[in-house]
Amino acid sequence: MISYRDAIDAIHRERNDAVCVTTMTQTGYWYKISKRPDLDIGISNGMSKASSLALGVALGVPGRRVLVLDGDGSLLMNLGSLVTVAGQKPENMHHFVFDNGMYAITGGQPLPNPKVDYAAMAIAAGYANAYAFDDVEELASELPRIMSQPGPTLIHISVIAEPAAEGVDQTWESNRKMPAQLRATRTALQQRA
Amino acid sequence: MINGILHPAKVVEQLVRQGVTHMVTLPDSETRHMYDRLVAEPSIHVIPVSREGEAIPIAAGLWVAGQRPVISIQNAGLYESGDALRGLAIGIDLPLVMFIGYRGHTRHGDTPDSAARILEPFLHLWRVDYYTVESDDDLDRVPLAFERAEQTSQPVAVLIGTEYAKE
Repeated sequence: MISYRDAIDAIHRERNDAVCVTTMTQTGYWYKISKRPDLDIGISNGMSKASSLALGVALGVPGRRVLVLDGDGSLLMNLGSLVTVAGQKPENMHHFVFDNGMYAITGGQPLPNPKVDYAAMAIAAGYANAYAFDDVEELASELPRIMSQPGPTLIHISVIAEPAAEGVDQTWESNRKMPAQLRATRTALQQRA
Repeated sequence: MINGILHPAKVVEQLVRQGVTHMVTLPDSETRHMYDRLVAEPSIHVIPVSREGEAIPIAAGLWVAGQRPVISIQNAGLYESGDALRGLAIGIDLPLVMFIGYRGHTRHGDTPDSAARILEPFLHLWRVDYYTVESDDDLDRVPLAFERAEQTSQPVAVLIGTEYAKE
C-alpha cells in the first residue's frame, strides 16, 4: 500500500506542464506541492466528473498532457466514462485512480465492493494501457516510462486510507472559487496554444 | 411531438455559423437524422457519451481548452444530468448552449409524457433560459441562444420540439 503523499509526490515529479484535474482527497495533497496552480483544476463541485472534464480538456488541447487524479468512489459514480474515454482515444490522457476502498471524506464507509480491478476494467473498456501499483518504489520507477506512452492510460494506485474521523468541515469556499480558477486555466492554455 | 419540419442541415448550418467545434451527445429517437448530418460535417467533432451526465463536464473541459462545444441530449437525459448542470455549468458560469430534445411535446401542454410536462418548470426552477425550436422557421432563435449564453455566462437551452426531418 502507498501513502497519498508518496503517490502524489511520484506523480508530481513527472508532471512537467501537464494540466492536472483532481478530486476529493487528492486535491488537498496536490495543491500543497503544485508549482503550476494555473494548470490545476480541482473538481470541488461535481463528484465523479473529474474523468469527464479531463477528457474534454484532453480533446481540446491534444498537444498537452492531461492528468486526472480520480478516486475509486468517484469513478464508480461515473463508470461509463471509461468507455467514453476509450472511444475517443485521447493519447495525452493519464487517468490515475486512487483506491482506498472507502468514502474517506464522509468518514470511511466502505464502497459497494471495495475490491475492484480498475486496471482490468479500463482494458476491457478499451484503454490503450493500464497498470496497478501497491508499492511506491515500483510506481516511481515505472511512471516515466508509462507516461511517455500514448494513452489513454489508467494507473490504479492502492493507497492507505485516511478516513476523516469527524467528517470534513465544508466551507464550500472552493465552489465559489471555481469559475475564476477555470478561467485562469483557460487563459493559460490559450497563451501557450 | 408536433409536426413542424426541421431540417438537420439547417441546424448544422447554424452551428457552423456560430463556430461550434464539438457536439457532445447521446442520441435519441428524435435526433436520428440530426446525428447522421452532424457526423458528415467536417468542422464539428461529435463526441458520443455513455450517459447524459457526462456531456456537461466534457463540454466544460472543452471550453477550458478554448473550444466552443454544445451538447445535445433528450429532456430525460437532462434530468439525469441534474448535478452536472448545477455544479459544472451553472456553478462555474459556463456559457454553454444545450440542445434538449423535447420528448412528448404537444404545444398545448396536455401530454401523458412526464418528461415533457416537467421540462419547462424544471428549467424555470433551475433559472436556465431557453428558446423553443419547432420548425425551420424558428431557427433564428439559435443565434439568440448563443448570444444569451455569452451575455449571462450561463447555460442556455434550445428545446427541439419536433423530430428532425429525414433529408
